[in-house]
Amino acid sequence: MNIRNQSTTIMAPESEVLYKMQAKDLSFFYNGSQALHTIHLAFLPRQVVALIGPSGCGKSTFLRCLNRMNDLIPNTRATGELLLDGRNIYSPQVDVVNLRSRIGMVFQKPNPFPKSIFENVAYGLRVKGIKDKGRIVERVEKTLQQAALWEEVKDRLHDSALGLSGGQQQRLCIARALAVEPEVLLMDEPCSALDPIATQKIEELIHELKDQYTIIIVTHNMQQAARVSAMTAFFYMGRLIEVEETDTLFTRPRLKQTEDYITGRFG
Amino acid sequence: MIRKLQQHVFFNLFRAAATVNAAALILLTGFILLKGWRAVTWTFLTQPPLDSMTRGGILPCIVGTLVLSLGAMGVAMPVGVASAVYLNEYACGGRLLRIIRLGINNLAGVPSIVFGLFGLSFFVIYLKIGVSILAGALTLGVMTLPVMIGATEEALKAVPDTYREASLALGATKFQTIFRVVLPAAMPGILTGGILGLSRAAGETAPIMFTAAVFFRPDLPESIFDEIMALPYHIYVLATAGTEIEKTRPLQYGTSLVLIALVLGMTLAAILYRTRLRRRMR
Repeated sequence: MNIRNQSTTIMAPESEVLYKMQAKDLSFFYNGSQALHTIHLAFLPRQVVALIGPSGCGKSTFLRCLNRMNDLIPNTRATGELLLDGRNIYSPQVDVVNLRSRIGMVFQKPNPFPKSIFENVAYGLRVKGIKDKGRIVERVEKTLQQAALWEEVKDRLHDSALGLSGGQQQRLCIARALAVEPEVLLMDEPCSALDPIATQKIEELIHELKDQYTIIIVTHNMQQAARVSAMTAFFYMGRLIEVEETDTLFTRPRLKQTEDYITGRFG
Repeated sequence: MIRKLQQHVFFNLFRAAATVNAAALILLTGFILLKGWRAVTWTFLTQPPLDSMTRGGILPCIVGTLVLSLGAMGVAMPVGVASAVYLNEYACGGRLLRIIRLGINNLAGVPSIVFGLFGLSFFVIYLKIGVSILAGALTLGVMTLPVMIGATEEALKAVPDTYREASLALGATKFQTIFRVVLPAAMPGILTGGILGLSRAAGETAPIMFTAAVFFRPDLPESIFDEIMALPYHIYVLATAGTEIEKTRPLQYGTSLVLIALVLGMTLAAILYRTRLRRRMR
């Protein structure tokens, strides 16, 4: 299914629920300067969507709107709607803390806490108020396995997470995000600080996870977008230029701008 | 050639300046050690003073200084950390914040005798606490607050924002983020502030002169509302106000030596604890 600009797609209210997340007319402002211009973009459940575009094009800003991380930056404002299961996450009734436990996030640089491997993964459960030790142990093991890290760390769960390699740290961060059982996983250039082998492992992991999660990944690496995603959205200057199935976007882009970017003529 | 000479001269000057510091410390402690070590005996450490303080020991003073400085940190640590958390994590600019900061910075520059007089008029007289351990610890605590706040703020600033982001993105509240991630990560830096504050509080005379310290009290205090002897004040008394200043000279050096050792000991304990904390985080 192609999700194009509003002009090309007419969506009935019932069909909206089909989407896991959907941006409608979403604009975003830093100190009054507009960083996102009326974005319309929808995400199907259990699908990987890649967001590409040159630096400063708004793809990370958009990603950070999806779990309202942008709220942390003073003097910012979002207009329009962002729906999660058909409900606007920017409506005043929404509990942001609860929202963020439904939408996990993995950051550009691996950022494990200066705690043990175990405590890193258990963190999300503990802040939720889960005290049952058996349940936490079980969940930590399961999530580390899910993140393909269990075999490497099972004998040193109580060592500091900062002793892991960069790639292991990033997989730990993915495990940490998965531990709270989110429905959507946001990834902000998760491999940009990693070497090619670690990158390959993360990409394999994304392949594994896409059967269970809706994954939205920002990447600078177009080969990566092509490898991991089903849909790709191209952002430029705060606007969503084109969104297509990944194969189509990289082989037969509709717009000249997209073609110029993916062929490396700018950006 | 000239430039090389210039470099040579200036680097040696810098080296000399740095050496003066170490030399001053070594000279001072060496002098006191030399003059005082003979006075420090088991009796000296475990007995109260006798015969107008010309004989006996300084046990009440040691206990007093320990109680007062630890009490001061008991006041300054929680209030200082709470203030720094507010300033660094919650407050978002504005006039109130500027006034608070101005207040804290100026508090750091107030002479300790002024704190002593403030303690006397506010804690001792106005709050009717009386000259006591409590009043002294509060006064010393207020005096060390700016040090504590400053060190904690620096420690909080050094905690990477990526920790805060990671925690919030996992569905933690701001409060949980601060208590479970930010403060533990800042703990070594906060302890540094505690060490600085503790050693300053232990050595001060002026703030406790009117609020806690007593000239002579051979028995140990029973409650926080008792007056107490303290090492710095005892040194002051022996050296200036005793009846037989010459006769107590060795005791003065001995007391100074004990005070220095006590501060060093407490600082060392805190540093060891900090090292352990840091290692656990790596």
